[in-house]
Amino acid sequence: MSLPVVVSDPNAPEVFLAVEDLRVHFLTDDGLVRSVDGLSFQLDRGRTLGIVGESGSGKSVTSMSIMGLHRVVESSRAGSARIQGHIWLDGEDLVAASPERVRRLRGKKMAMIFQDPLSAMHPYYTVGDQIIEAYRIHNDVSRKVARKHAVDLLGRVGIPRPAARVDDYPHQFSGGMRQRAMIAMALSCDPELLIADEPTTALDVTVQAQILDLIRDLRAEFNSAVIIITHDLGVVAELADDILVMYAGRAAEHGAAEHIFRAPQHPYTWGLLGSMPRLDRARAERLRPIRGTPPSLINVPSGCPFHPRCDYAELTGGDSLTDVPGMREIGPGHQIACHLDAEQRLRIWRRDIAPKLSSEGTA
Amino acid sequence: MTEPLLSVSGLVKHYPIRHGVVLRRRVGAVRAVDGLDFTVATGETLALVGESGSGKTTTGRLLTRLLEPSAGRIVLAGRDITHLSMGKLRPLRRDFQMIFQDPYSSLNPRHTVGTIVGAPFRLQKVRTAHGVKRAVQDLLELVGLNPEHYNRYPHEFSGGQRQRIGIARTLALRPRLIVADEPVSALDVSIQAQVINLLEDLQDELDLTYVVIAHDLSVVRHIADRVAVMYLGKIVELAGRDALYDTPMHPYTVALLSAVPVPEPAGQQRRERIRLQGDVPSPVNPPPACRFHTRCWKAREICRTVEPPLAELASGHQVACHFPENAPES
Repeated sequence: MSLPVVVSDPNAPEVFLAVEDLRVHFLTDDGLVRSVDGLSFQLDRGRTLGIVGESGSGKSVTSMSIMGLHRVVESSRAGSARIQGHIWLDGEDLVAASPERVRRLRGKKMAMIFQDPLSAMHPYYTVGDQIIEAYRIHNDVSRKVARKHAVDLLGRVGIPRPAARVDDYPHQFSGGMRQRAMIAMALSCDPELLIADEPTTALDVTVQAQILDLIRDLRAEFNSAVIIITHDLGVVAELADDILVMYAGRAAEHGAAEHIFRAPQHPYTWGLLGSMPRLDRARAERLRPIRGTPPSLINVPSGCPFHPRCDYAELTGGDSLTDVPGMREIGPGHQIACHLDAEQRLRIWRRDIAPKLSSEGTA
Repeated sequence: MTEPLLSVSGLVKHYPIRHGVVLRRRVGAVRAVDGLDFTVATGETLALVGESGSGKTTTGRLLTRLLEPSAGRIVLAGRDITHLSMGKLRPLRRDFQMIFQDPYSSLNPRHTVGTIVGAPFRLQKVRTAHGVKRAVQDLLELVGLNPEHYNRYPHEFSGGQRQRIGIARTLALRPRLIVADEPVSALDVSIQAQVINLLEDLQDELDLTYVVIAHDLSVVRHIADRVAVMYLGKIVELAGRDALYDTPMHPYTVALLSAVPVPEPAGQQRRERIRLQGDVPSPVNPPPACRFHTRCWKAREICRTVEPPLAELASGHQVACHFPENAPES
């Protein structure tokens, strides 16, 4: 089945994936939930973007919008999503595209690895059947050829005895093997964009290391663009070239992984890094949590959404209470949404943050 | 050394696997916990770490007698509680309490915070000086919640706040031992740190003893005084925190530590990482002798035939391995 040729939109950006001012709002009985509220980022082929944030930061909603998995209803029915903005994938706007068109792109153009393979796989069909189905939708091949392809893939992701295991049901696989099978399924049509939503969160640490290795190898092989969504900064450090830190549906900081870990500039990123106990540092007597709790997305705080939890909000002269900070460039490829000026940030970083994040560590 | 608060010897929990409808023949057993020996001193924190299937959660439930042990002995504050009946156990329960992992399913959604946190007083028929309400409000304040939220319901609170409600309930009767099963793993990073700090403050303030069950090795290093590493129902290494993290002896511990991802992009390449192959074997049919030999890169013939005992190789550092790493010269 060949995809119809789509004439490239003249407004489309050059880059492979560009998300522009994305807004995803859900109508609920309690009010309008602004899950994603003005998010922009770009991603090229062969690059990996890590999206980091806590629950409710909008990271999963963003990936579901790219995949076109939200139920969009025009009426004001509860539970339906309202999506605005643009998601440009290889010259095509996915927000404007019909659901049928997006469905055709899913699998071949873009694919997703979900957090929980047990609920993402169908319990009534064998693992092989589920891979075969996806492959045959996009490739005009016989069942036999597709089956051979499925066996190859299972072998590639490290399932022992793939020719036999291809006929197993998901429940016959262990957690790590299920996650491998799902990766095989996602890769079955060589997707150009691969989104992995918390791909290792449900796994044990030794199995997590195996899966991270696998994703790294496959990325090199396929030259796909990869988005990895996680709350674990360690996982992101293993895989990502660039990192996007999200808070309350907006981007807080975006830059090269190197910059985000070595010289983070946003107070929320400081807080995240400071609150995790780390094995690669001397043991701190006390953790430094971020005070308060993540905001409700129905009642997002005015101004900077992080201001009620920010230790430095007073320094902005009231701006953080009233104005929503936009993303601005503070270095090559490094952007933050913060009212603090460069001098203030540098002073705080030198005085309060850097000594606690790095100096007590290994050289 | 003074008498330990908790001492466990030869603790075993097997779940029988039965076949057939009428006769229910016993065809095997899931050997969830298979012979544990350890003690916990008053005021210290012992962490049980391991991957899923290692038996750490079962151990926690045995210690609090939510499960009945198949064999072994549990002695708490000088009393053998291994096979006490429910009735005999109830008055002792105020001494040992549990914090659960999931702050969403461990609180009754139809009860107010006041009812939830006050329940232990009613169940144990404990009289409080100024009434239950006052006692509950004091507890809420102790765990960092607003005492005025006495009449609210669990759904009105965030995950971190719910975990605080669970902790307040745990503390109601001033227990001596608290078994915390993954107390922070369901929480966001920024909230995790708040709850960890709270648990540490409470320990200092109330002289609590913790047994913490966790899989996150970074969190464990932060809160534990001693750490027991479990694999397939057995303790493979038990040591003081610094000894375990600085000079791990069991190959499994070494592999676990090296598998933890570090939030440092440049640090990844520098670290030597040991990749274990495969998954944890099934506890129904654990490998013979050393249970880790199927995944161990140091395994030799003896590992498949002779089970290594948990031996003290350095002061306070016990390991069950024929070929330990970092072993002192003998």
